[in-house]
Amino acid sequence: MTGGIRGPGGRVRRARRALLTRLATRCLVTAMALPQTLLGLLEPAPRHGYDLKREYDARFGEQRPVKSAQVYATLGRLLRDGDITVVGTERVDGPDRTSYALSAEGVTHLERWLAEPEPSTAHLQSEVYVKVVLALRSGRPAEQILDAQRDAHLGVMRGLTARKRGADLPTTLACDFTLFHLEADLRWIEHTAARLHRLAEELS
Amino acid sequence: MTGPLLVADDLHLAFGPTRALAGASVEVAPGEVLALLGPSGSGKSTLLHCLAGILTPDRGEVRYRGTRLDDRSDEARSRLRRNDFGFVFQFGSLVPELTALANVALPLQLTGARRRAAEEQARSWLERLGVADVAGKRPGEMSGGQGQRVAVARALIGGPRVVFADEPTGALDSLNGELVMEEFTAAARDQGSSVVLVTHETRVAAYADRSVVLRDGRLTAAPAWA
Repeated sequence: MTGGIRGPGGRVRRARRALLTRLATRCLVTAMALPQTLLGLLEPAPRHGYDLKREYDARFGEQRPVKSAQVYATLGRLLRDGDITVVGTERVDGPDRTSYALSAEGVTHLERWLAEPEPSTAHLQSEVYVKVVLALRSGRPAEQILDAQRDAHLGVMRGLTARKRGADLPTTLACDFTLFHLEADLRWIEHTAARLHRLAEELS
Repeated sequence: MTGPLLVADDLHLAFGPTRALAGASVEVAPGEVLALLGPSGSGKSTLLHCLAGILTPDRGEVRYRGTRLDDRSDEARSRLRRNDFGFVFQFGSLVPELTALANVALPLQLTGARRRAAEEQARSWLERLGVADVAGKRPGEMSGGQGQRVAVARALIGGPRVVFADEPTGALDSLNGELVMEEFTAAARDQGSSVVLVTHETRVAAYADRSVVLRDGRLTAAPAWA
């Protein structure tokens, strides 16, 4: 038996589907903040896609890898939406390289993203970490990003704690699971807040 | 009463060269459970002690029910703490020579109640907090969780307008800490007492209606550019 859903072939297909789901989710999470991350990296000075990809890899690539094609496709969308502009083209030992700069609209979008707390996910820390690094590089008060995230998390924790009142044990334990994870996020936020000056020094 | 019950306005306080408060401002509404969060040394316990009239700030004002608290005499502030405030500390601070029942009855007796009437009320508070079985035991004979429940009963028995709690679950394990917080906040809300709760644990702060965070002696703020 090779083709039945309950046979070995079915198991392989299910495992493959699960793997694809995991990969798709990972790509989705990675892609979610890529436009804003590129805006942040572009803010100090105009640069071309190759340079942006190199800096992205150096700062965030280990946790959140992206392909060159994703970077160029994202730059194309940012250009179309008016968040960046083309400031020049040059040729250095190879193909033409287009330099991009952040537009006023791009700054607005970047700042809105920086100020907005993230919902709690398994990738929260890396998402918040990216915001903290970009804020420090641009001279914005990074501690306020952590404060806003803490406020948002505490609000969710209050809601879950209220839900536990009078609830049955399965509901209580489900709420506790999320509460402990949120608590872990908040501990990371506190540790980061206490070491922001050192992080700023190491990034400069 | 409309408006805040308790207000700290731009409090500054230093202990020698150490700056404990550097412009801390906060308001507590009637019946509100407010958590003061922050790392060690951020000034949260100092702020609680100023709000309770135990410490006097170097600069700034504390107002209780619309009038200054920080410039009252020591005697007037002691009277206020006895009549209007309740306290719960990390290690209970129960009188070691007295039984749980006598400890809980003590605040009523200090305000003139007869011993029998005070103990009757104390017994009902011990029952409400699930520790009626330790009524005849002294603090040294109780577990940490039992001791904290007795301390909560003692803080609430006089019907205080404000209960000040400094790390009330700091000496308890996670589960016992949550049970004490559940009973403490439910009882305080039932009788309309405000609670000012100092903690460094976010899961404990989640029992409050609102949390504020102290860092370097002042409250943190939302992003200025948002």
